[in-house]
Amino acid sequence: MAVVLPPRFTPERVRNDRRYRTLDKYRFIVGFLALPLLFYAVFVISPFLQAIYYSFTDWAGGTTANFVGGDNYVKMWNDEKFWDSLQSSLLLLVVVPLITLTLGIFFAYMITAGGRHRRGRAVSGVAGSSVYKIVYFFPQVLSIALIAVVWQQVYSSRSGLLNGLLGSVGLESLEQRWLGGDYKLALFSTMAVIAWSFVGFYVVLFSAAMGAIPKDIYEAALLDGAGRAATFFRVTLPLIWDTVRTGWIYMGIQALDAFAVVLIMVPPHALKVTPVYLYERFREGQFGYATAIGVVLLVLSMIFTLIVMRIGRRDQIEY
Amino acid sequence: MSAEPMPTDAVTDQSADAPPSAAAASVSPAPSASSSKGSGRGESGVLNVFSHAFLIAWVVMAAGPLVWVALTAFRPTADFLNDPMGLPTSIHWQNFANAWTEAKIGRYAFNSLIILAGSLTGTMLLGSMAAYVIARFTFPGNRFIFLLFAGGMMFPVILALIPLFTIMDNMSLLDTRPGLIIAYIAYSLPFTTFFLTSFFRTLPSGVQEAAMIDGASHTRTFFQVMLPMAKPGLVSIGIFNFLGQWNQYLLPLLLNNEDENNYVLPQGLAALTVSQGYAGDWGALFAGLTIAMVPVLVVYAVFQRQVQAGLTAGALK
Repeated sequence: MAVVLPPRFTPERVRNDRRYRTLDKYRFIVGFLALPLLFYAVFVISPFLQAIYYSFTDWAGGTTANFVGGDNYVKMWNDEKFWDSLQSSLLLLVVVPLITLTLGIFFAYMITAGGRHRRGRAVSGVAGSSVYKIVYFFPQVLSIALIAVVWQQVYSSRSGLLNGLLGSVGLESLEQRWLGGDYKLALFSTMAVIAWSFVGFYVVLFSAAMGAIPKDIYEAALLDGAGRAATFFRVTLPLIWDTVRTGWIYMGIQALDAFAVVLIMVPPHALKVTPVYLYERFREGQFGYATAIGVVLLVLSMIFTLIVMRIGRRDQIEY
Repeated sequence: MSAEPMPTDAVTDQSADAPPSAAAASVSPAPSASSSKGSGRGESGVLNVFSHAFLIAWVVMAAGPLVWVALTAFRPTADFLNDPMGLPTSIHWQNFANAWTEAKIGRYAFNSLIILAGSLTGTMLLGSMAAYVIARFTFPGNRFIFLLFAGGMMFPVILALIPLFTIMDNMSLLDTRPGLIIAYIAYSLPFTTFFLTSFFRTLPSGVQEAAMIDGASHTRTFFQVMLPMAKPGLVSIGIFNFLGQWNQYLLPLLLNNEDENNYVLPQGLAALTVSQGYAGDWGALFAGLTIAMVPVLVVYAVFQRQVQAGLTAGALK
């Protein structure tokens, strides 16, 4: 009987017994893991598995879900609106990481190596680098819903900041209906918002990675006569490539999502991305079809991850 | 590198570097004796000006829209519609009063606080418990459970949402506060556990053994010895979860959509464009955005090093 009591109430003799200690350990392990695992299994793992199953059914939210094989996927294949949404999503997936990471690396390099030369240092950071990083990081601490509403006002054609700025410098001809008109313009405006909200994040990430590069490598490059461009492309970029690759994958998955920005900011007729298209099917009660679209998104993000990891590996062998 | 979360002090090191460099730059642009050829003083000075120009341009880009929103919040709607670019002529608090009461920003912020109080506590408690056991004990299935949590970080949440919706519905948790809190905890657990596992692994094992020899139970060792030692890791991941859950939009959109009075702040802000748009009260919209934005930015500015470290640690999962 004493064996099942907590150590406090267990006699010394039993407490030091090896079997009791093993039991005590496993009791502790199970006690600590039970609740986290239960939450995780019921609310995360099981929905994911169910989603994959339901994508092969005609489930409409009720209790019945008939197995229909690949019907949902055939329907998707012939669904022109799905393809339109996928085109937008894929463009976001390809273009947004390129813009964001380029800007992020550029500003991070300016911060870590754009300063004046000083005695005994091959590279030096600019003055006030922490102030720059604080401001750049602002969008990253704000809710994506808030960002979407802010930019909806910035882009507003009647009373927006952007058209107001263009008008005040005499460029009225460039004023646009940024979101509600042309598809390409709405897509471009969306890309700009996502890039805007993530650039600061990458500046902080990359400047930390650049700051971790040993200074003597820069000194060696300088002694060999490397200019700033050569130093950047031959030293800095290869040495932070691991971080860039991880950041690229992360940014791509964020851009493929783009759900909140598009749902809140862009009028539905102008632009749809696949996650928003999925959400609309869900609201219509087409649960089976919506989960099938979700599965396609999952596959896409996995393919994207594999491609970027391959690109990364090739570069790593080079140096 | 890719598997390990970024050491948090890498970020702090970088920012700690700034004050001395700022001081050195302003005191004396000394002739650089060490850089023998190529980049002399002139070139580097020009580059320095260029880099500041670019860097300041992005400061304007990043902060401009937010500053515009905050300034416009102090202008009457009629003024704003005449000239969206104008500056406030007098301090006009009416917009804030409207946003707080009519647009219910106060209510939404209150809802967010209640949800966050439960979900953040739960996430940190459950996450650190699971992480501690995974990191410090050997038992069958240890590796499997670790990979189970790590794998959960890679799936797009939107895929799980539809079955989650019916699971919550069946358990009568849909459109309830406990339901939303549980969902926040469950979806924060994978990364929290993953991050804290690698953190607990780095802690010295001697202290744990000493506590056990002194007769502390496993539970007591965890709460009174190991958890305090893990404080830096807990702060990083705590900030990460605080911002992630405070800003969460997708889960409440699905699981908390029935009664507008129960909206959390991001939902309320998204609803603002619709409601204030119909009412034509743009001033209240801008004031609502400002109320939601300013406290977060102030808290961030105070804790910027920890926040930057906490959030970038999330990227290298």
